[in-house]
Amino acid sequence: MASDLSRRTLIAAVPAGALLSILPVPAKALNVDQARKLVDALVAEVNGVINSGKSEAAMFKSFEAIFVRYADVRYIAQSSLGPAGRQASQAQVNAYVKAFQGYISRKYGRRFREFIGGKIEVTGARPLKSFFEVVSVAYLKGQSPFEVRWHVFDKSGKDLFFNIIIEGVNMLAAERTEIGAMLDKRKGDIGRLTSDLAKLG
Amino acid sequence: MILTNLLFATDPARAIRWLVTAFVCLSATLQGCTKPEPGAEFNDPFEAQNRLVHDENVALDRFVFGGGKPRKRPILPQPVAERMANVAGNLGLPGAVVNNVLQLRPKPALTNTLRFAINSTVGIAGIFDPASAMGIYEDDTDFGETLHVWGAPEGAFLVVPLAGPTTERDLLGSVVDIVIDPVNTLISTPESYYATAAKVGGKIADRQRFGDTVDSILYESADSYAQMRLLYLQNRHFELGIEADVFDPYEDPYGQ
Repeated sequence: MASDLSRRTLIAAVPAGALLSILPVPAKALNVDQARKLVDALVAEVNGVINSGKSEAAMFKSFEAIFVRYADVRYIAQSSLGPAGRQASQAQVNAYVKAFQGYISRKYGRRFREFIGGKIEVTGARPLKSFFEVVSVAYLKGQSPFEVRWHVFDKSGKDLFFNIIIEGVNMLAAERTEIGAMLDKRKGDIGRLTSDLAKLG
Repeated sequence: MILTNLLFATDPARAIRWLVTAFVCLSATLQGCTKPEPGAEFNDPFEAQNRLVHDENVALDRFVFGGGKPRKRPILPQPVAERMANVAGNLGLPGAVVNNVLQLRPKPALTNTLRFAINSTVGIAGIFDPASAMGIYEDDTDFGETLHVWGAPEGAFLVVPLAGPTTERDLLGSVVDIVIDPVNTLISTPESYYATAAKVGGKIADRQRFGDTVDSILYESADSYAQMRLLYLQNRHFELGIEADVFDPYEDPYGQ
């Protein structure tokens, strides 16, 4: 947390150009181009699977793997869990994150199926707050094209996306609502939430 | 819907009287729009009633569409349903143009007019959709958006029987849309029945096409009401061009 704060302060205090001239080789700090490249690569992989002619079941497996590779699942999991994560032990949280990874990749990997017969095109990227937003348009069969935004950061040390916003509908907000409601139904028991998540999605 | 079609078909003067009455009601109703509780995440003072209506809507959906069980036979064959959706979408364009004009937005008004002209002729009364192939897509709008453009507040979140999630402003907008729709005013029976049938078919087509997504919200969420409310309001704000709060991961105390 402390390092994040100092990083943000640095970004706020020093204009990007000056920062570049001070640091000879910016260690691999994320920029607009890299954020765009990440989503380009993800989209190319999704499009590749769609055009591979594999069976639907095989496609789902591939989509799940793509989701895990390009998303910061640990961040999404912890952010969705919210304050309940504070009271839990490290082992409990780790087990929860692992179950959440299976749950979310099945859930959203399956959504990629709607792109079968269609395509996604990256149209732009821009810095937003302390991260980057990549804008793409999805062209699906029999539907007006719609906008998909990807929020990319490198908080984990790797360039990964942490949120997808489809026509204004925000994945992180939806998962916070979902995990919050699941936890309420289980009276705040993270252990039960974890074992039930493993069966869902 | 059928009733208003009949009314307007027999007496155009009546349609105008309706319009005037609607506007008077409109200004009165918007004065009474429910204001949000300070600090609440959603403006949902009728949550208890909304949840009851939502449960009934879900029960009906389960009965008609099978409740998320796989391999349920579709009500209408999807190709037929999609043709009906095309016709319904095409018939919705004149109403959209009226709203585009009321919003003083000439560009979408022209796009929608052009689309209507192409699909009504080359597309054979809207059964086919050559306009999309030419890159001329619908710029969807409604009277709820017109009210937003005019500065009316959103009001409370509501769930109504059959139609589902809406807001006070959007519900009023839907009613006014029926009144100001040129298609309702201009076509008579039996064409108006076909139009209504196409609209119902179009709704079924959408429900079937987005089956997995809708099922996952209605039948797989821990709290389907909360999910639906979130999705509806976020998507509606996006449509209206209301800037959403950007979620900053570096200010998130929980995602370590």
